[in-house]
Amino acid sequence: MRADDTILASGDEAVALAARHAGVALGTGYPGTPSTEILEAFSELGGRAQWAPNEKVALEVAIGAAFANARALVTMKHVGLNVAADPLFTAAYTGVSGALVVVSADDPGMASSQNEQDNRHYAVAAGIPMFEPSDSQEAYDFTFQAIEISERWKLPVMLRLTTRVCHSKSVLRPRPAQAPEPPPVSYSKNIRLRVMIPSNARPAHRRLRAKLAEIAQWNEASGPNRELEGERSLGIVSSGIAAVHAREAAPHAAMLKLGMTYPLPLQAVAAFARSVQRCVVIEEGDPWLVEALRAAGIAVEGKPEMYRFGELNVSRVRRILEGDVSPEAAPPPGKPPELCAGCPHRSVFQALKNLDCIVAGDIGCYSLGALAPFEALDTVVCMGAAIGMGLGLRHALPEDQARRVVSVIGDGTFVHSGITGLVEAIYNPPSTGHLLIILDNGTTAMTGMQEHPGTGRTLNHQRTGKLVFEDLARSLGVPSVHVVDPTLNPRAFEELVAECLKRREISVIVARRTCLLATGRIKEMEKADRAVCPVE
Amino acid sequence: MTSGGAQVNIVFAGLGGQGVLKASDIAADAAFRSGFDVKKSEIHGMSQRGGSVSSDVRFGRLVHSPMVPPGEADFLVVIAPDQVEVNRWQLRAGGVLIAPASVDQRALANKKTLNVALLGLLSTFVEIPEERWLEAVRANVPERFLDANLAAFALGRQAAHTEVME
Repeated sequence: MRADDTILASGDEAVALAARHAGVALGTGYPGTPSTEILEAFSELGGRAQWAPNEKVALEVAIGAAFANARALVTMKHVGLNVAADPLFTAAYTGVSGALVVVSADDPGMASSQNEQDNRHYAVAAGIPMFEPSDSQEAYDFTFQAIEISERWKLPVMLRLTTRVCHSKSVLRPRPAQAPEPPPVSYSKNIRLRVMIPSNARPAHRRLRAKLAEIAQWNEASGPNRELEGERSLGIVSSGIAAVHAREAAPHAAMLKLGMTYPLPLQAVAAFARSVQRCVVIEEGDPWLVEALRAAGIAVEGKPEMYRFGELNVSRVRRILEGDVSPEAAPPPGKPPELCAGCPHRSVFQALKNLDCIVAGDIGCYSLGALAPFEALDTVVCMGAAIGMGLGLRHALPEDQARRVVSVIGDGTFVHSGITGLVEAIYNPPSTGHLLIILDNGTTAMTGMQEHPGTGRTLNHQRTGKLVFEDLARSLGVPSVHVVDPTLNPRAFEELVAECLKRREISVIVARRTCLLATGRIKEMEKADRAVCPVE
Repeated sequence: MTSGGAQVNIVFAGLGGQGVLKASDIAADAAFRSGFDVKKSEIHGMSQRGGSVSSDVRFGRLVHSPMVPPGEADFLVVIAPDQVEVNRWQLRAGGVLIAPASVDQRALANKKTLNVALLGLLSTFVEIPEERWLEAVRANVPERFLDANLAAFALGRQAAHTEVME
């Protein structure tokens, strides 16, 4: 804290601080870059924070809390909202009793993601009001505002962040005194509002549209949208991180900076566009805002297609404003990431490479098995896909190739959405059988060593119920289940893989060895456990 | 020395695990403690698995974008020798390169404090009082490594080998 009552905080920390100041009763989510630090910070600030097995469960838990009149926060990366989309769309119909803020942290440029989907589309598709902060102060302020709007209109509200908001630090002045008092938590029965059978859902859809029309009016009059003075020859309409790039690229232009982008304040934008000679929309990702404004009959310019790809920055915004479509200079390639020296995944990928396997892979550190020196991963699509895709390959390929197909998934990813894939393997087994290798390194390594149900520890590392992969596999009826440390005897591990590939049945190998980066901390926690509760 | 009102752009670069992000955190904190508007931006995630990492720090009276525009860095602080050339494009003409060769690494008691040694050298170029730098180092490194980091910072402040971009 500086003498002027400001702090230097990341966007993620700002959301956590606002949630704490606003009396959020429960924060839940699933780790995913760049959203992970929100719940970690919320927990450190004393908030009740927990990791769910995946984003769908997290959102459902948050909806339940918000049905109980509590203020709830749920966090995830952009692709996580795909997993949570099912409850999201219908929670817009049911509405909530308390408050529900859904954080979607998008990753334009894909610093650490498999796609650069633009989740602003979700706000429109689901009918969820959306705020887009551009720095930590706005991340803090808009979190408050999202809670207020959610409580006032009894709707889930989306806080759409991007990598450069989440992971940038900027100066922030907290205002805890402005937080509204949390409502008393209790359940009031209302089957008509909460049970989405068709007869209740039809009027619920109409209610949702009526609420959105009211919120649009509120956004016109009182939304967090600001007009920044400038010369009228150029006007810029922007939001989120793109707005701060644009302010720097064209400091003399007039600007309408939108803080709430769904439902849009169309009258305000139309008036602004009329007040300037040339009106340009500066936005990162898809031409989402420009198309919405044009559909409303507002004359605005967009950006050339080449700027849809990757992040914006100040120089790219300058180019957009100049209409420059000449090829951009590519920065020299840096050093690509790789599996750590001594990473236990290395022995697994060496074995798969030696056996010339066709490997359906998944999301995590081990995605790096696709790069040199192993090049032993043939597919990566989404969380949990390794198992279903491996089965599909086995079903379709000729036998000599099908028998080389292996699914490889990490421990965290298996919990997230691999379990149903394993159920599918038991239910629709390929005629050649199949082999699933669970790379169990005892942590969610890629996102920074988070706990998950397979570690048996909560978000803040307290012991809790533990999912045991081999027990689960056996209970499902997997005939061949093995637990091995692949690093102890790499040759024996390779022989085990070869043997499983020969069988015409479903095999699961749990390759268990803790992540090098997590081993020290795991040992310390186990030592502390023994001190509290000695083994008899 | 940089002039009083101008915005200062610093890019930190290196490999995952070298303390690139820590160095940028300390620099941003020192600027913040000196009363400046500050923005700091980083990309982390997959790149931390031994790949290239970079982080931008900007400070001045008012900072808009958290990212240093390409080719506009006043200072480029590179912690890995093999990352100097791939990041040189970030410097503006007349910008200052601070690289491992800029300090006497043999004098570092703890090799992992190279990031803070380079900050020591950077500190001689920017208008942030030494005491604010030391406060920021104290606030951002674990107690048991504090003495080694303060020694590294002092070593960096004595170094004078930098390269100015033509």
